[in-house]
Amino acid sequence: MSSAKQRAYQLWTVPKDMLPFQLESGEKLHELEVAYHTFGSLNEARSNAVLVLHAFSGDSNAMKWWYTMVGPGKPIDTDKYFVICSNVLGGCSGTTGPASINPQTNKPYGFSFPIPSIRDMVRVQALLLDHLNVKKLIAAIGGSMGGMQALEWAKTFPDRLKSSIVIASTTRLSPQNIGFHVVGRNAIMSDPNWNGGDYHEHGGPKKGLSIARMLGHITFLSEEAMYEKFGRKVRKHGRNSPLSFGEEHEVESYLWHQGSKFVERFDAATYLLLTKTMDYFDFSDGYNSLEEAFAASSCDFLIISFTSDWLFPTEQSRDMYRALLRAKKSVTFSEIETNKGHDSFLLPNPEMEDLVRAYLEARR
Amino acid sequence: MSREHKQAPYDFNLIAELVPVGSRVLDLGCGDGTLLEKLYLERRAFIQGIDIDPVMIQRCVEKGVPVVQGNLDWVLQDFNDSSFDVVILSQTLQVVKKPDFVLQHMLRVGKKAIVSIPNFGYWVNRFQLFFLGQMPVTKDLPYAWYNTPNIHFCTITDFRHFIKNQGWKLNAEYFLRSGKLTKMPMPNLFATDLIAIIEK
Repeated sequence: MSSAKQRAYQLWTVPKDMLPFQLESGEKLHELEVAYHTFGSLNEARSNAVLVLHAFSGDSNAMKWWYTMVGPGKPIDTDKYFVICSNVLGGCSGTTGPASINPQTNKPYGFSFPIPSIRDMVRVQALLLDHLNVKKLIAAIGGSMGGMQALEWAKTFPDRLKSSIVIASTTRLSPQNIGFHVVGRNAIMSDPNWNGGDYHEHGGPKKGLSIARMLGHITFLSEEAMYEKFGRKVRKHGRNSPLSFGEEHEVESYLWHQGSKFVERFDAATYLLLTKTMDYFDFSDGYNSLEEAFAASSCDFLIISFTSDWLFPTEQSRDMYRALLRAKKSVTFSEIETNKGHDSFLLPNPEMEDLVRAYLEARR
Repeated sequence: MSREHKQAPYDFNLIAELVPVGSRVLDLGCGDGTLLEKLYLERRAFIQGIDIDPVMIQRCVEKGVPVVQGNLDWVLQDFNDSSFDVVILSQTLQVVKKPDFVLQHMLRVGKKAIVSIPNFGYWVNRFQLFFLGQMPVTKDLPYAWYNTPNIHFCTITDFRHFIKNQGWKLNAEYFLRSGKLTKMPMPNLFATDLIAIIEK
């Protein structure tokens, strides 16, 4: 992965004496690199760190993809906090993943890369915090898959954070969520260029990946938001597509655009792996109840959901706060009214911004 | 189902004294979290609030008071039996759809309930209804009938009957007149508010 081309992130090579890194699945990684960004500076007491956890298609550059939340004067204020964000294990934005070279074969892992668990991701982040000399976080915060990691932090490293902020997320996917992932994966694997996952040296399943992303984008929006964004407007297009009738609905061009933009930056095998990571995630695995799974946590929780999010609906957040109350934890829950769907956490939302700002401020 | 700070700060001192030090306290309709913050600071209580209003959720978060956004007409079902020592309902019973349901759950979730209610039997209210033939509008109850959030009014006598009929114990009663404790006889006529401690 040590390409000479300029990169925006910092890269930490995990020292040999800390390897191999064993995943929950039992498989081992003999080389491990972590791509990360830091914003702001760590204070002398090393007590102002906030860990930002990215969602499925995010990367370590939190100030870019979460521009509403991270930056100077923003709710996660880089003038006050030392903000850390790293690309997840199995990702394709710098951290070791399917596109990395497998030291045992000297070829990209491709589809043979082990499926990481949410806990594996979090354990890698904890190693990074050690490397950065950060003992305790004010908060671990994330939306969607980032929220799953924030939850896992509270369970796996209860002594290392004051609060876990979980936005538009869930303790486990619904069969409907998994169903969408199944269709996305099938689109990728049906692409002739998928080549059994051995494609990193030639092209790749771009069509399949783009279709998977188009489907994803439908699930990120609400019906109302789609009406607002596109209506039923029709326009001409010049693109050569097998479905070209000379014109298409606005929503069609939007989805095409999102799909084709996505394939330029995202790896198909990462898509497969990380959707599987989420499918397998069940916070209460190994416990009799969700309540029991939260028992060892000692941090405060802030749970935020959005009224129009039908991918991870409010009811899933309610399950979370109910279990937390039963486990006698300190919990704040807010359902924010918006018509923007699951995407809401990435969009400007004054209510979410104010809540997070005040929540962090109260724990500074 | 939320309490503005200015609406009912008066009974907070008294309520705080009624909460044993170190208790687990749940405040229903906790408003901006003033009472809970007080209980945390003065009674070293483990605190948790519930409110329906996003503005109040924000205010609680600013104070560092943990609060769950929810509707009292159903949110209490989310809580385990006896998971709190004290459950407080201050100036809120009259705004819920099912006061009996809320009180039943308060005594299921908490070992004891502290309830404060405005007294509809206060003489000024009676006066207005009797002589003017109008629904009372007073300093303590400033709303008109069509815009009031208060949909379930009762008098102190009504409340006592209700507690008795449910088979619960009314362990203590405190009467207030426009914010101050009063020892006046005939509280159902001369008190504006009641604070009661109820146990099963």
